[in-house]
Amino acid sequence: MGDPGRQGRFGNYGGGYVPESLVAACRQVEEAFREAWPDPGFQQSLARLLAVQVGRPTPLTPVRRLSAELGINLLLKREDLTHTGSHKINNVLGQALLARRMGKTHLIAETGAGQHGVATATAAALLGLAATVFMGQRDIERQALNVYRMRMLGAEVVPVETGSRTLKDATSQAMRHWVGATEHSYYCVGSVIGPHPYPWMVRTFQRVIGDEARGQCAAELSTAVPDYVVACVGGGSNAAGTFAGFVDTSARLVGVEAEGGAGAALGRVGVLHGARSLFLQDGDGQIVEAHSIAAGLDYPGVGPEHAHLRDLGRARYVTVTDDEATSALVRLARTEGIVAALESAHAVAWVIRAAGAGELPPGATVMLTLSGRGDKDVSTLKELA
Amino acid sequence: MRLEDHLRSRRAAGRKLLMPYLTGGVTATWVDHLRALADAGADAIEVGLPFSDPTLDGVTIQEATDAALARGATVRGILGDITGFTDDVPLVASTYYNLVVRDGPERFCAALRDAGISGLIVPDLPLDEAGEAADAAASVGVDLVLLASPATPQPRLAEIARRSRGFVYAVSLMGTTGERATVAESAATLASRIKGSTDRPVLVGFGISTPQQAVEAARSADGVIVGAAIMRRVLDGATPDDVGADLAKMRRALDQERDQP
Ligand SMILES: Cc1ncc(COP(=O)(O)O)c(C=O)c1O
Repeated sequence: MGDPGRQGRFGNYGGGYVPESLVAACRQVEEAFREAWPDPGFQQSLARLLAVQVGRPTPLTPVRRLSAELGINLLLKREDLTHTGSHKINNVLGQALLARRMGKTHLIAETGAGQHGVATATAAALLGLAATVFMGQRDIERQALNVYRMRMLGAEVVPVETGSRTLKDATSQAMRHWVGATEHSYYCVGSVIGPHPYPWMVRTFQRVIGDEARGQCAAELSTAVPDYVVACVGGGSNAAGTFAGFVDTSARLVGVEAEGGAGAALGRVGVLHGARSLFLQDGDGQIVEAHSIAAGLDYPGVGPEHAHLRDLGRARYVTVTDDEATSALVRLARTEGIVAALESAHAVAWVIRAAGAGELPPGATVMLTLSGRGDKDVSTLKELA
Repeated sequence: MRLEDHLRSRRAAGRKLLMPYLTGGVTATWVDHLRALADAGADAIEVGLPFSDPTLDGVTIQEATDAALARGATVRGILGDITGFTDDVPLVASTYYNLVVRDGPERFCAALRDAGISGLIVPDLPLDEAGEAADAAASVGVDLVLLASPATPQPRLAEIARRSRGFVYAVSLMGTTGERATVAESAATLASRIKGSTDRPVLVGFGISTPQQAVEAARSADGVIVGAAIMRRVLDGATPDDVGADLAKMRRALDQERDQP
């Protein structure tokens, strides 16, 4: 999981399939990132924000009771304990610092669950930037709490009424807006999707999860490296950041998708939102709407690097149903006192299923990234109860 | 005839080029609209092949796309509708790259050629990614049109003009498709810059909504592309005759401008 080069290729995937009007803007972001990332000053500013604002490093929590029930050794990387409640903040602070360094005054973002939107609104407030967040109308309804949070933080939330009115359409609308606003605005993409350099840059900002977890596993486990590394996959940013810390070890990498949004597990090669990757499509090549109870996984594709890891066989992508995810959420809450986000609960659900089916051998060590906390999902869950 | 040869000969005859856009399959009788546009003096017609996620289109063409897809429009169906349409007015397909990738560029371009289409516009396929599609198009005699934008810097602009076929599509402004009250200032600057580096025809598109705007935009270019203004009328229920009459007004305005001493 290295530098994909100027063309942004991960094997056959990635690239920069954007309108000519955005080519210069994407290049500008790439140049700025290539220049900022090795700069000790930039690294210092980011490290400090991650420490004093986000609360990093996040703990690695051994979950004793659930582990005992499942006959495995499960460790959770606690991104749910970050400021704003999910891993999204790691990426956003990196990009917001970059935007400011580039002299941009305005952040644009798309959001599904609202976690990336809240993180963007937070970073904008913190760094004195303006923020405009595009969000599908359906997500606005089911993640209302996060909409209030974004507005309270001073961000403008723009409802998107087209298509499935979820993350896919919010992303399209953010790109349309950016075409007309490149001079002052920076597009802060929320996952490892989009045109080069975003998939690479977002993974690089998220790899703090994997790097910390690697060190924490070394301290916690007699084997130093876990047998399995598991994360949920929407676009794939928490998984990419997690995998990056373990890709050069013997750990098996597992990405867990929502059954109704399984780009990596069920998608076909296509081009959407700037990248060649795997997308759910019908026989005519029209993108199919995703359906998941977890708004953050409700995306019909996956980042290009995941498509590549899948082809290489280095990572495996599996799916979990809405019901499995909600039961896993409740089970984790009752055994460990942790209310996870519905997205993260997908990863937990796969571990529960795989342990039950003997797919995870007894005693296996499993490092799972718990990407976020479930406060935002309480109203969705209340309706189910 | 090749798209580019046709446009060059029309230009050589002293005429400003007019290229209307129509979303394929937008209504059951969309081919009648196509015919009306051809009869009203179009030099070529852009036929949109609807894609579920048109990221460079504003609300009007998004709405037309949704309408076409809701009717069940497909690439195959649209190509079937226009097969044998006419030889006099070249048709140029425009779509997003996912639909090209779906069948693979070779098969996609061959299907265009078999339906009598002579050009292809793919707004999310910039120069850097266009190699495969350009080869596939060239091998079946379809002209792959590249787009230039006000943000395109100089050495790249010349490369786009050099590698484009058919014409060079000058995107008049930094934004999506859709009607605008005025022609952006960037339109004339961009068209002149492109014309400074190529003798290929240069057509200005995005936001050209009225005959006056067409005349103004065509001054520094070889012609104009008119999309959302037509689709707005079609979505509002305009008949083929209505749409033909609108285009004829643009045609007359462009011709009068030429005939003025
Ligand atoms: C808590 C949480 N986890 C996971 C995701 C999915 O995103 P990604 O796959 O990029 O990590 C989201 C997206 O909104 C989220 O909010």
